[in-house]
Amino acid sequence: MQWETVIGLEVHVQLATHSKIFSGASTAFGAEPNSQACAVDLGLPGVLPVLNEQAVAMAVQFGLAVHADIAEVSVFDRKNYFYPDLPKGYQTSQMYHPIVGPGEVEITLDDDTTKRIRIHHAHLEEDAGKSLHEDFHGMTGIDLNRAGTPLLEIVSEPDMRSAKEAAAYLKAIHSIVTYLGISDGNMAEGSMRCDVNVSVRPKGQETFGTRAEIKNVNSFRFVEKAIAFEVERQIELIEDGGTVIQETRLFDPERDETRSMRTKEEANDYRYFPCPDLLPVVLDQAYLDHLRSQLPELPADKRERFQHALGLSAYDAAVLSASRDMAEYFEEVHRVCGDAKQAANWVQGELSGALNRESLSIVDSPVSAVQLGELVQRVLDDTINGKAAKQVFQALWHGEGDSADAVIEAKGLKQVTDTGAIEAMIDQVIADSPAQVAQYRDAEPEKRGKMIGYFVGQVMKASRGTANPQQVNGLLKDKLDALL
Amino acid sequence: MALEDSHVRRAAHLARLAVSDDQASDFVEDLSRILDMVDQLQGVNTDGVAPLAHPLDATQRLRADEVTEINQRDTFQRCAPAVENGLYLVPRVVE
Repeated sequence: MQWETVIGLEVHVQLATHSKIFSGASTAFGAEPNSQACAVDLGLPGVLPVLNEQAVAMAVQFGLAVHADIAEVSVFDRKNYFYPDLPKGYQTSQMYHPIVGPGEVEITLDDDTTKRIRIHHAHLEEDAGKSLHEDFHGMTGIDLNRAGTPLLEIVSEPDMRSAKEAAAYLKAIHSIVTYLGISDGNMAEGSMRCDVNVSVRPKGQETFGTRAEIKNVNSFRFVEKAIAFEVERQIELIEDGGTVIQETRLFDPERDETRSMRTKEEANDYRYFPCPDLLPVVLDQAYLDHLRSQLPELPADKRERFQHALGLSAYDAAVLSASRDMAEYFEEVHRVCGDAKQAANWVQGELSGALNRESLSIVDSPVSAVQLGELVQRVLDDTINGKAAKQVFQALWHGEGDSADAVIEAKGLKQVTDTGAIEAMIDQVIADSPAQVAQYRDAEPEKRGKMIGYFVGQVMKASRGTANPQQVNGLLKDKLDALL
Repeated sequence: MALEDSHVRRAAHLARLAVSDDQASDFVEDLSRILDMVDQLQGVNTDGVAPLAHPLDATQRLRADEVTEINQRDTFQRCAPAVENGLYLVPRVVE
């Protein structure tokens, strides 16, 4: 039987506020345990939450970026359950009136086609603390620094049909939140976490199969792996005559499998009700318009502009717009050198190669965008040839000189385009290589093309890489052929 | 709506409240009366009336995103039964 996979994602994004969603405690990562857990975060008696305006603004910015309806009135609810890292006994969340309503995100697939994934809603809530299950004399350690950190939970519709689409969607969300600057998107530190709902159904069937929810899927790669495993498990189960049960499963990256989490029968009875400690959040049109006017250009629009206004290939446009840092660097190089295609080649070629080799991110590049732009400009105006340009890049990378011009000057890399000077070098090389000249003369005419490479190399060497290669090629051919 | 003993026991369990047999039967009676009142309210026509999210006719005030709290861990942990390395210790949670 042909099976179809149906996937929906719940993405929790930690918002990059300085303080918590309902208290003035710091949200900085990596502090001493419980040093950033105040009376409100601990749920001590008598405390009251006060909502952080920045968390609201960030949620709205996200909503605007995915063309969602923003709720004029949104309401916080209590989700009740007992767990030691939730000291209040409830998580303050938004169940019935979330701040962000239906929207959509466009994803780009490997073959450069795009697909729209609908967003059901996104709501604000607080994060819980962390339980440390290492051995504390048979006890569990609780760190509440993370308790109260603002989260935006983004819930998609079940619109994805493959693990690749799910990963592309997660990347699109990552790209949007980092462009907006509302999250650092650091998956390793848990700034973005993902639960995956997966079901399978016979191809052509209208109704959905029973879904399993997979927790703890915290990297782009794990999303694909967890889904691949889960789909296979469900299909095998059904084909062997079994039925999929609705349950929560945990992804284990070490064994590359999902397994059932022990479920208690009342586990999902959260008894939601409106939080009496918080009033309805009311947003007016002027506020929304103000935030809308401050939205940066978003990845999808940038990709579109790179491709159609700047004439880059779909691939280049996608790579260069994937992160805001990369896009800004590229745009600065382009602004300085004036040639989008060359700017794209240098950013994706020489620069990305060097960054990858040293595991640096583009913001930490030793070569600034202006420096690279000036370098590309010197290639475009024929001051240096491509080979010398690579030397200049290396010099800038290692801090040998402040600008391309300074390096070109200091190393004498200015391209020699003076025909007389090049001819003199060629004559010298020919005079120094009688054996190779003889071989060239005796060779079949069709093989001479390849043999010319040796002479080009010698001339370039004699010029210390500064001769214009096209000129060298042309002049050499003329001179050698004259000897025939 | 008539409440049953099992409803009360389930609610008590979810809220982690210890309820004795006597108390349970009292609660069945008391809570049933409250639900009767709710049933009465359900009879009112509320077409076109927006649900009330809060009894106060006010909207949420927002605070600036500023860190105003200092580290008071030692003070807070004085009332905790067990702490170690700055962590609160609780009976082992089995996943």
